[in-house]
Amino acid sequence: MSIFDLTIADAAKALRSKQISAVELTTAYNQAVAALNPRLNAYITTTPELALEQAKAADARLADGTATPLTGIPIAMKDLFCTEGVRTTAASKILEPFVPPYESTVSAKLKAAGAVMLGKANLDEFAMGSANITSGFGPVENPWKRAGSEQKLVPGGSSGGSAAAVAARIALAATGTDTGGSIRQPASFTGLAGIKPTYGRCSRWGVVAFASSLDQPGPMARNVEDNALLLNAMAGFDEKDSTSAERSVPDFTTALTRGVKGLKIGIPAEYRLEGTNPEILALWDKGIEWLKAQGAEIIDISLPHTKYGLPVYYIVAPAEASSNLARYDGVRYGARVDGEDLIDLYERTRAAGFGPEVKRRIMIGTYVLSHGYYDAYYLKAQKVRNLILKDFTDAFARVDAILTPTAPSAAFGLGEKMDDPVTMYLNDVFTVPASLAGVPAMSVPAGLSAEGLPLGLQVIGKHFDEETVFAVSAAIESAAGFSALPEVRAK
Amino acid sequence: MSLDSATVRRIAKLARIRVNDEEVATLQNELNAILGYVEQLSEVNVDGVEPLSGGAQMALRQREDKLTDGDNAEKILANAPDRIGNFFAVPKVVE
Repeated sequence: MSIFDLTIADAAKALRSKQISAVELTTAYNQAVAALNPRLNAYITTTPELALEQAKAADARLADGTATPLTGIPIAMKDLFCTEGVRTTAASKILEPFVPPYESTVSAKLKAAGAVMLGKANLDEFAMGSANITSGFGPVENPWKRAGSEQKLVPGGSSGGSAAAVAARIALAATGTDTGGSIRQPASFTGLAGIKPTYGRCSRWGVVAFASSLDQPGPMARNVEDNALLLNAMAGFDEKDSTSAERSVPDFTTALTRGVKGLKIGIPAEYRLEGTNPEILALWDKGIEWLKAQGAEIIDISLPHTKYGLPVYYIVAPAEASSNLARYDGVRYGARVDGEDLIDLYERTRAAGFGPEVKRRIMIGTYVLSHGYYDAYYLKAQKVRNLILKDFTDAFARVDAILTPTAPSAAFGLGEKMDDPVTMYLNDVFTVPASLAGVPAMSVPAGLSAEGLPLGLQVIGKHFDEETVFAVSAAIESAAGFSALPEVRAK
Repeated sequence: MSLDSATVRRIAKLARIRVNDEEVATLQNELNAILGYVEQLSEVNVDGVEPLSGGAQMALRQREDKLTDGDNAEKILANAPDRIGNFFAVPKVVE
């Protein structure tokens, strides 16, 4: 057994019983990062020296009895979380020189728990994308390959660097953020578990903003238990985020062994989209059987406005993005291109600093918020968003959790689905509705495609009921027995 | 309805993004594809439905109006592309 086979829970035990030290674990990961990152491009910035320093501090805590389950655990931090003194780019050239003078709440909590940061993980620029191909620092390669093929596949997005790093075992776990599927879809594409908590569960303070009413930080890891351990540390009220939930945080690990006996699991008819890959549907049916076999009651439900989720999302998210990204003006921080006057400076700076997908979304957002179009687009989308929330509220009056596929396909090739922006957007068809409603949702690896690529199932829960999401996900995980590993990985 | 090139230029101006002729043509096609896609929302009846602005299941919190942070000029200016003393510097705005 290699050191890279350890999960967080395993490593925490090994660290406590002094079988390994935090410095040994971090050194192994630092070496793996140095060996594989040049190929995978999963990190934009690596911080091996900082990691080693933090590992030494972790060993001291392990010795003096103040360690938490995350002390000495080497993780990748999505490069959307501001980290004090460590460059934070949001994968955008416009933030290339930015070194935050402060630490995001979530990364500070992980730091306080003793986690070790290996580096800042690549992502789609400003988290806008579903394949990690819009990064200003180059695309990320998925460590998985189709059987018998060397074609490069995408890791999904926007948390594609986080996903690739954990899958290739150049991080033991990672942080992600999810606005419309950015934790769940890459988790599905790389054989990982990842949870988007309830909106408001994890603080957004210090996370570079994309769409503020949707953005939600969350963990990505090898299994469901590791996600619970991470979320225990990441969640919690923060007065610096006005939408942070003033609620106590349960110990999510206690939900893992609850089982699903007597739970009512909803199966939404509208997710059985015409033209969906039959492999995906077959895996979904398997998931239904697994839960039934463990004592859950399966109930057919309807989420009638599902098909409007993506069009609502592609109005609301760009609208909020156009407002949030107005701050990148080349004056206070970030890159600047000089101009003849102030307006000229703004326009040249933003033209040079933003990539094509970010420009598209800012333009769409600006248009749908502009005079004369606001009611027709933005207000209308907000009203349909309310109907989508009502779909979930009605369903959750009858069921405890909902089971769906995570994504309509397995990981696809670099360069595929590029015909037009809408084709790429369709990746998020199953993940976006839960984001719009603000409910928690987790992707758990459930099987392999005929080509040997991982596929995930999604468990959606009620607001602030991550515990049931963990219970159902753990039940699926144990039934699926997913143990496949990607070709490219630290061994 | 679809956007003409003049509208694309106007949006770019509002968004403060410089675009050249070639980009206008590309953006016009892409933006029209996206607007065409979201057009399906027109078939949804939203009579009497309140707009939902966010996923939070609560009213926004208010806090006491008191100073909680400050006196960080050096930290705030540390990332400035150009500065003069304790000020962000920009090209001349007023003649």
